[in-house]
Amino acid sequence: MNILSKLTSWFNSGIPWVWLNAAAVSVSLIMVFGLLGLIAYNGLGHFWPASLMEAELVDGQNKTVLIGEIREIKTVPAQQIRDSGIELPKETQWVNRLLIKQGNRDIYGLDFRRVLERDVMNIQYPKELVVIERREWGNLYGRLIGLKENDQIIQVDEPYNEALSRLETVLELHQQAKNISVNDIGAINYNIEKLRLKEKKLHLEHYSIAADLLSQKRLHIEEQRQSLNQTFIQLQTKIQTLNEKMSSDVILIRLASDQTIEVPLENIVQIYKPNDMSTVQKITHYLHQFWSFISDEPREANTEGGIFPAIFGTVLMVIIMSVMVTPLGVIAAIYLHEYATQGTLVRIIRIAVNNLAGVPSIVYGVFGLGFFVYFIGGSIDDLFYPEASPAPVYGTPGLLWASITLALLTLPVVIITTEEGLSRIPSAIREGSLALGATKIETLWHTVLPMVTPAMFTGLILAVARAAGEVAPLMLVGVVKLAPALALDSNYPFLHLERKFMHLGFHIYDVGFQSPNVEAARPLVYATALLLVLVIIILNFTAIVVRNRLREKYKGLEG
Amino acid sequence: MTFDQKDVAITVKELSLQYAAKQALMDISLQIPENKVTAFIGPSGCGKSTLLRCFNRMNDLIDICKVQGEIIIDKQDIYHKSVNVADLRRKVGMVFQRPNPFPKSIYENVAYGLRLQGVKNRLLLDEVVEKSLRDAALWDEVKDRLDENALALSGGQQQRLVIARAIAIEPEILLLDEPASALDPTSTLKIEELIYELKQTYTIVIVTHNMQQAGRVSDYTAFMDTGKMVEFSETRTIFTNPKDRQTEDYITGRYG
Repeated sequence: MNILSKLTSWFNSGIPWVWLNAAAVSVSLIMVFGLLGLIAYNGLGHFWPASLMEAELVDGQNKTVLIGEIREIKTVPAQQIRDSGIELPKETQWVNRLLIKQGNRDIYGLDFRRVLERDVMNIQYPKELVVIERREWGNLYGRLIGLKENDQIIQVDEPYNEALSRLETVLELHQQAKNISVNDIGAINYNIEKLRLKEKKLHLEHYSIAADLLSQKRLHIEEQRQSLNQTFIQLQTKIQTLNEKMSSDVILIRLASDQTIEVPLENIVQIYKPNDMSTVQKITHYLHQFWSFISDEPREANTEGGIFPAIFGTVLMVIIMSVMVTPLGVIAAIYLHEYATQGTLVRIIRIAVNNLAGVPSIVYGVFGLGFFVYFIGGSIDDLFYPEASPAPVYGTPGLLWASITLALLTLPVVIITTEEGLSRIPSAIREGSLALGATKIETLWHTVLPMVTPAMFTGLILAVARAAGEVAPLMLVGVVKLAPALALDSNYPFLHLERKFMHLGFHIYDVGFQSPNVEAARPLVYATALLLVLVIIILNFTAIVVRNRLREKYKGLEG
Repeated sequence: MTFDQKDVAITVKELSLQYAAKQALMDISLQIPENKVTAFIGPSGCGKSTLLRCFNRMNDLIDICKVQGEIIIDKQDIYHKSVNVADLRRKVGMVFQRPNPFPKSIYENVAYGLRLQGVKNRLLLDEVVEKSLRDAALWDEVKDRLDENALALSGGQQQRLVIARAIAIEPEILLLDEPASALDPTSTLKIEELIYELKQTYTIVIVTHNMQQAGRVSDYTAFMDTGKMVEFSETRTIFTNPKDRQTEDYITGRYG
């Protein structure tokens, strides 16, 4: 009885509830930071220059030399190994298995190799081992033993330093060639395509134009095309010269198997000696690697290189979506709250809007594909781009349709939060404005709307958070694995809304599950996921900062 | 009680008002004299605020509200359908029970009405803002911080700011709906002094719960009960020699 009454009084004191609440908050915090921590740990470790080991690998009677990075040490049940046909002593229960990245995919066929720890002998970390990051076939591990220029071996004391300084020149040239081919030749191709469409349009309209005018126009197009072609040929020669310059240098690499291979410098992104780096050098290297990951384009089916186009596509799409959804949602909310007669119809509309927020996103994707892409896009093509047919311009998934679909998806959120904001404005403020001779629309415009801006931003923040993380509908309405060009470039009209784009969320799916090289891609999946979270946080944070400033301005009202 | 026609600012003729099924005002007729302070007194829910809000048609905001009868201001029935409500409200300013400054700077609060009328000339705005704030006895307290948010002012200052905002557009009539009920005694005193100053220029109608206040500031007083006008007379007469028993009871505090 005594205990029971004590328990009751303890219960009534409210302390258990405080503990329960605190526990719930702690669990949430642990989950959030655990999630971020796991992603960060797995993703960010990838950019650290791992030590290269050289070891002897015993396989029965044979001994081979292996160079590579130890990626993972895993303890597995011995039975599992026995089942795969490898003999182990009877008493062993557990064995350690190493996952080694041996690189040299062009020679060994596989990047990764699993070996038992007992088979690996005599592990060493020689300082002279080099990592060569190539544009194709992934990394190469070995020893740099010499250089060749135009098939002649050149004698130098320090082939490594010489290779580095030559690589710098080659990278410079490579950048030049890339600029020419992407920007200049890209522009020419773009303009030639435009001319082709113009000509086709002329052909389609030829019956409505006078014959001499028609031939004049055709002549004009032909002239332009020729001048473009000439520039194109000039640029091509330029690139050829650059390529010749680049291809003259070759480095000689001795592999673990004592085999020597030649690697042209033009195929190399960077060379470094991970075992010969100080901590400061490693940190610099790390930051550099991370920066390239953010700022470069992907290579090798997205498993190498950077993810810049995906970041760019995600951010651009979210911005376009915000520009579309905010005015639309705010106007709808104002109508519903301020002008519509509050009755059954408005109540039904409100319920419908609320329900729209709960429709699965893939359904929006299907709707976007059927309505926006095929119907509206197709109609636009028929009306305005008959010359492009049968190739679609807007009648195919693209940035515009993806943004509109997501705008539709997030519209309910914006409407609901804006309406809530409107209903929070004290009627005294409206009356004050009306009493000064303001009309309803003037009151809205000068007093109510500025005060609703924090609520609008709340809606926008929620919309951005939802839209930036959405993948499923995007796969139907515009996202691709590899977009040939960014949607924003230097060719008029600069913003190409009809183009397809890359997206971080889809990139994760693609790299993680569609990639031929799963082991190599795994850290990239984590790193990309981390960046996706970062992008969303940055976008949200910006909106939150703006909202808090606005709130500060209207603080007195909410107190 | 009747006045010479030229001294009358507002004439109310047989005004009745209904909120859905509830009769809020019943057959009210009275004349409110120009450049005087007229006070409406009466128990809570007697309809005095409702009557006040009829003068600038603030009741229009309530959908279920129905008005019958006439209110004549400047020889025109303000409930006639040709009347532009915004114009009417420019002519008939109003100050509410709780100070309701906009969440803008002090300057912008006072300039609000003028900006609505399309005034953009900075010099003119400066001039009007200063004059209005001076007239509202607030200038000395805020002249160095006109750009500060009006919500940072004290309640009494906010109420004077709202008055300045109302007189900045130079209305003919100023309606005060219990303007001092949310304020402390010092601020109340200031508002009362201000009302005394303002009646030189404006016709003032004030609703108040405070008998002493009505006695101090008003020239005429109307006593209302349950939607009816019980007695309307000079304030002195009503307070010293009420004709109606009900009025006497209310004033002497025996009411209820």
